[in-house]
Amino acid sequence: MGARSQRGEWAYAIEVAHLRKSYGDTVAVDDISFSVTDGEIFGILGPNGAGKTTTVECIVGLRVPDAGKISVMGLDPQIDRELLHTIVGVQLQASALPAKLRVGEILDLYRSFYRDPADVEELIDVLGLADKRNDYYRSLSGGQKQRLSIALALVGRPKIAVLDELTTGLDPQARRDTWGLIEEIHERGVTIVLVTHYMDEAERLCDRVALFDRGRIAAIGSPRELAEQAGGGKHVRFVPSAPFDDRLLSELPEVRSIEHQGDHVLVTGSGELVNAVILTLTAAGVTAHDVQLGSATLEDAFVRLTGRHLHDEDQVVQR
Amino acid sequence: MSARWTLFPERTPRSAFGKLVLNEFRLAWRQPGGWVFGLGLPLLLTVIFGSIPKLQKHHETLGGLTYFDVYIPILIALAIAVLGLVSLPVPLATYREQGILRRLSTTPVSPIWVLGAQLIVNLCLAATAIILIMVVGTAGFGLEAPASLGGFVVAVVLSVVAIFGLGLLIAGVARTGTGAQVLGAASFFPLMFFAGLWVPRQVMPTALRDISNLTPLAASVEVIQHSIQSGFPSGTPLLVLAAYAVLFCWLAVRFFRWE
Repeated sequence: MGARSQRGEWAYAIEVAHLRKSYGDTVAVDDISFSVTDGEIFGILGPNGAGKTTTVECIVGLRVPDAGKISVMGLDPQIDRELLHTIVGVQLQASALPAKLRVGEILDLYRSFYRDPADVEELIDVLGLADKRNDYYRSLSGGQKQRLSIALALVGRPKIAVLDELTTGLDPQARRDTWGLIEEIHERGVTIVLVTHYMDEAERLCDRVALFDRGRIAAIGSPRELAEQAGGGKHVRFVPSAPFDDRLLSELPEVRSIEHQGDHVLVTGSGELVNAVILTLTAAGVTAHDVQLGSATLEDAFVRLTGRHLHDEDQVVQR
Repeated sequence: MSARWTLFPERTPRSAFGKLVLNEFRLAWRQPGGWVFGLGLPLLLTVIFGSIPKLQKHHETLGGLTYFDVYIPILIALAIAVLGLVSLPVPLATYREQGILRRLSTTPVSPIWVLGAQLIVNLCLAATAIILIMVVGTAGFGLEAPASLGGFVVAVVLSVVAIFGLGLLIAGVARTGTGAQVLGAASFFPLMFFAGLWVPRQVMPTALRDISNLTPLAASVEVIQHSIQSGFPSGTPLLVLAAYAVLFCWLAVRFFRWE
């Protein structure tokens, strides 16, 4: 390994401590700290302008932090830049490729940058680009460009893949396909840092999420933890086959509240709420019809933690 | 504030540079503006001017030369100008605009390599254009071989360094590919005018010729002409050209931006 790097033991794939970065008077990132565990999918979630991209750019060595410490598998992105780029694959927001190069040529070019590259044929197959090999980059659809970009991030067999705004601008089908792809890559043991402003994407893919808001981290945890922390919990809504005593349910540890809405009953709580409610009712000879389930989302968590919606940066939530 | 790059990253396979050069050649071939106007046009004009008998007559006003003789250095300057001022900077500025350089700087490859590859492509095109013009001119249309071959090479190399330096300055300061095209054209037309593309310097009004003496491509034409007709170039035009070469290269290094 590189002689200049001081590779000691590292507990995390990525460690960021007290990172700060300003552009002129604008503070983009203000004292951010987090760690990414080896092998996880870590989400960086927040509205535009929350400092997500700046953070990631500092991690991959594209920007020099004003203050703070970053360690990527024991490497300092500024000092060990070259070595860093052999173990980190990056897919950047808004970066294109030459319009008149063919897919196969681009992959062949990027492959040549690494000593031990991935099998391009396999990569092309996995990413569904086999029949696009001879097409010019400019003729690709948004989804195909995105997949090629992922392929380029992976062609050097990285240990960590940093993917910024991966599915922005894709249609729903292409988004779901891309998600499937991320899961496949993850299964191969690649640590993934996923930057997104889509809640559903983070909920679906990420083991843990850092909620970014105005250059700071509002909360870190698994999507479910965050949602439950925000107090949303779960709810179940149903039409009982016969009237029943509310105490039957309110004595359950999982249940927090019971509310009658016409024929419907709305029960909120946490844990194994649905099982507890249905089993208890069945035991009492009551059948629950038309059952609807729901749980608090990351969106709820974000609103609760920051007082703002994810997609309207300036809107203050009315409570 | 962007970070620094290593010119020779120790872990990056050297063959990557070959691939970059190959791909820049492919792109140059597929976006043919550079070689059509930088190589094809000057060569075509050499053939056309050489074929017109009127242009092969010797004139007192031209110091005993023919219009064909006078136009050879101008066409060489034309090739250098198209390749250096348009074909070189436009792709580089476009790469920066579209984030292609940024994308590359997250790989083990330095974006400097792309600049190198782009330089190689346009230098090859320029060398081919100049050699073909001279070969076609001497073999087909009675052009004399350079009186001083060494002088000719020095003149051509200095011209290329000066104009490619200006091209890199354009690539460095232009924010977009279109911006580079505008700046390239804005340099190309006045410089080619003073170099005598539309009115050869020998028949320019004196005042105009005095101004043109201080422009890089006019100096270049003068120096190339001298090396073909008389011998090793010397004096003011050589100094002017060398000064521009130093100035433009210094400015290009000083103002080049990667992001």
